[in-house]
Amino acid sequence: MNKAFTGDARAALSRRGFLKASGALVVGFSIFDGVEVAQAQFPGPVALSPSLAQLDSWIAIAADGSITAYSGKEELGQGISTAQMQLVAEELSVPFSKVNLIYCDTAYTPDQAYTSGSQSHPANFNKSNLGQAAATAREALFRMASEKLGAPVTALDAADGVIAVRADRSKRVTYGELVGGRKFQLALDPKAKRKDPGEWKILGTPVKRPDLPDIMTGRFEFVHNVRVPEMLHGRVVRPPAVGARVLSVDEASVRDLPGNVKVVVKKDFVGVVAAKPWQAVQAAAKLKVEWSAGTGLPKQAGFAEQLRQQPVRDQFLLDSGDVDQQLKSAASVMKATYFHPYQMHGSVGSSCAVADVRSDGATLWCSTQAVWYQKTTCAMVLGMKPENVRVIFRRGSGCYGLNGADTVTYDAAVLSQAVGKPVRVQLSRKDEMAWENYGNAYLMDERVALDAGGNIVAWDHEVWTPNLGNRPGTGTPGNVITGKLLGFSPDAFTPRSPAPPPGNFNNNSNGMPSYVAGRIGGVNRNTGTVASERVLVHTVASPLWTGPLRSPARLQNTFAHESFLDEIAAKLKADPVEYRLRHLSNPRLRDMVQEAAKAAKWDARPSPNPKRKPTDVASGRGMACVAYERDNGYAAMVLEVEVNQDTGKIAVRRIVVSNDCGPISNPDGLRNQLEGGALQGISRALGEEVTWDDQKVTSVDWRTYHSLPVGIEVPTIECVLVNRPEEEATGAGETSVTIAAAALGNAIFDATGARLRQIPFTPERIKEALATRA
Amino acid sequence: MSTIHLKVNGESHTLDLDPATPLLYALSDDLALRGPKFGCGLGQCGACTVIVKGQAIRSCITPVSTVQNTEITTLEGIGTPERPHPIQQAFIDEGAAQCGFCMSGVMLTAKALVDKVPHPSEQLIEQSLAGVLCRCFTHARMMAAIRRYAAGVAK
Repeated sequence: MNKAFTGDARAALSRRGFLKASGALVVGFSIFDGVEVAQAQFPGPVALSPSLAQLDSWIAIAADGSITAYSGKEELGQGISTAQMQLVAEELSVPFSKVNLIYCDTAYTPDQAYTSGSQSHPANFNKSNLGQAAATAREALFRMASEKLGAPVTALDAADGVIAVRADRSKRVTYGELVGGRKFQLALDPKAKRKDPGEWKILGTPVKRPDLPDIMTGRFEFVHNVRVPEMLHGRVVRPPAVGARVLSVDEASVRDLPGNVKVVVKKDFVGVVAAKPWQAVQAAAKLKVEWSAGTGLPKQAGFAEQLRQQPVRDQFLLDSGDVDQQLKSAASVMKATYFHPYQMHGSVGSSCAVADVRSDGATLWCSTQAVWYQKTTCAMVLGMKPENVRVIFRRGSGCYGLNGADTVTYDAAVLSQAVGKPVRVQLSRKDEMAWENYGNAYLMDERVALDAGGNIVAWDHEVWTPNLGNRPGTGTPGNVITGKLLGFSPDAFTPRSPAPPPGNFNNNSNGMPSYVAGRIGGVNRNTGTVASERVLVHTVASPLWTGPLRSPARLQNTFAHESFLDEIAAKLKADPVEYRLRHLSNPRLRDMVQEAAKAAKWDARPSPNPKRKPTDVASGRGMACVAYERDNGYAAMVLEVEVNQDTGKIAVRRIVVSNDCGPISNPDGLRNQLEGGALQGISRALGEEVTWDDQKVTSVDWRTYHSLPVGIEVPTIECVLVNRPEEEATGAGETSVTIAAAALGNAIFDATGARLRQIPFTPERIKEALATRA
Repeated sequence: MSTIHLKVNGESHTLDLDPATPLLYALSDDLALRGPKFGCGLGQCGACTVIVKGQAIRSCITPVSTVQNTEITTLEGIGTPERPHPIQQAFIDEGAAQCGFCMSGVMLTAKALVDKVPHPSEQLIEQSLAGVLCRCFTHARMMAAIRRYAAGVAK
């Protein structure tokens, strides 16, 4: 059975044998304590990751014909490791079970930067990187076989790792015989021919994830399960208030506790290390630390509108220059303001890392989305050279972006360095939730000019978004809390107003609504028809930490755009689907809107429903769509809802989501992403909001931060998968989550005539909107 | 510290622990089990769930001293990758996971319910999982897997 690299860390340390000769790096698996163990063989430790341009960095073939692929895109639970193994199996014409995959170990795998932003499918399945490496290997194998068998390449075909002469199949040679255990020593060939999707037998099929049996039976090794010899357990002591600093630490307060407790203080970083985790928990709770007063937080009530009063850093994404004129001369103007709060990643398992820091080098096991950047920034934290730091990805609890994985890796590294032993740290629930880099809050003003026929002629989108910190990137450990406590600074906030003119077309934030033309340099580059257009972003300093959360900025902007489009259609008494299509030029996005409407048997009429009742339970349907980052996935959603108009309670009954991500690599994996994304979007829309008082964050557990539990009346979720093998592969993991809130808000409006412009849609807010509806 | 006797997945263990230590720490640290996981430490998410006397309990808030000499079953105790328990097989067949961190809470809670009530109504299944979280929101597949498992048990 094949495996994505999930090697047992204990075994990896004690049993990994390095092949001294010039052999290719291959991986074998054996059974060890009932757990499948990967044993890598490698010429020796390397300072730099293997080159992206070399075939041997991506593919190695063992003497027995088994194939090991290397990828810089990691499995986070999104299913990409299975799809990557399918890709390699397909291009090399071997059974899926013959492919192993190693990902995101800075000593072994090519540096593909982040695993984020719906970039793994486009990065590795198009004409470069892993897919192109597999095609290059296939052509190389055919050339070698041609020489060996004395037949032209065109007379050969490959199946199950064997190349044979088509006319005489007794003339055959295996991949193992051709190259087994040796390197290809070839550059990636951008012209190597990829298999025609029409011939696919493995790619494009619903291959089951090979990691599921281990996961379902409690055998899978998460980073939380990594145990290394002599490992101790750490616990951090975070400040009691935002901005509080260490005045003094009384080490004597924990001196008599069991577990050989060590106290570690570096500037404002405080932690303890003990022999056992429960001892570390107790020592952290009992350690007496005197902190300065916090720097204070602004009142949460009224926070949204206060954003307009702050110093700003301004950026135009678009400015056609005529928006004010169009607004002045329009037949009518509509405007509305929307607010999206800070939200959490809220991983179900708090973040964890294991660090083994010695004087001559460090090894880190962690679930960061950026092992190469963790290598350079953790080297800064430790005062070491990056080449002496090795970062090994181990899967964590689903992260959905920058959760606590990066910061807890620094925590473990600092504690390990201080005590000279390997240290494991898992954050407490409160330390995870009180200090993570939240998804950014957004205050959004939408304004359109309409002509006499009810068409949109100008669109003006202006947002205020608070920001502090980010991913640490190549050199900014201060972008997450541990780095800051250790004395590193986050990215500086530099006010700038007015904004310079817009640069090149870039709609990666979906700041531009789908309905505008995106005309830059005389060419319409976006997906819509509205040519008078302006998008202005005011970034302001945030009192809370922020960072990318699944569909960052794209989700917030799309909530406003798609809700507002619905408001315009309602005012004009137009059907929301027809009105969308009237302003969309992009055929792939238009198709998604029509496919979702068709599958949902969309009842074409204006909203709200003319037959709605003013009391009791009302039903409605809403639509939303997105061209994710303009060209990285297309989707539309129809959502059906019941609203209890007495209690303000919402029951989502049915979700239909259409999706186009180019060629579909694994339809079951794709469905899983669309289904989970849709429901995560509903949870975020209905209940999720970071809260705080005048000193600190107060949403610090699952009683104070509201996630929809598994035990709900789960709506029916239907996916319409549109396969476009002729197109490039795009992302697919962030489309449905992006449109869920607007589809829900639009459905509530259809059912009741009440418009919700602020997330989350709590029963109180729904009742208020019902009471004040037109 | 005191001597603690635990019976986990059919095996007896004698450990030297503070009696107040939550069971989860004994299972995942002293016994190196991977099924029960630390999610919140507050009994709010379910990731640490184990079965004791037929009940799905939260091992992160259960002191080891209170479950001595009682059979404790973890996710790895009910099946293996080669021979999964029928509920594990149902979850595999439905592809009912993304990251998979929450599986102990979802599967063991549902198993404990179906063990007691072989034909649970949808409402009863929902009620039993009202305190279990999956942040990947694989809910639809999980419910399908539980229905599939319950239907198999009822046969």
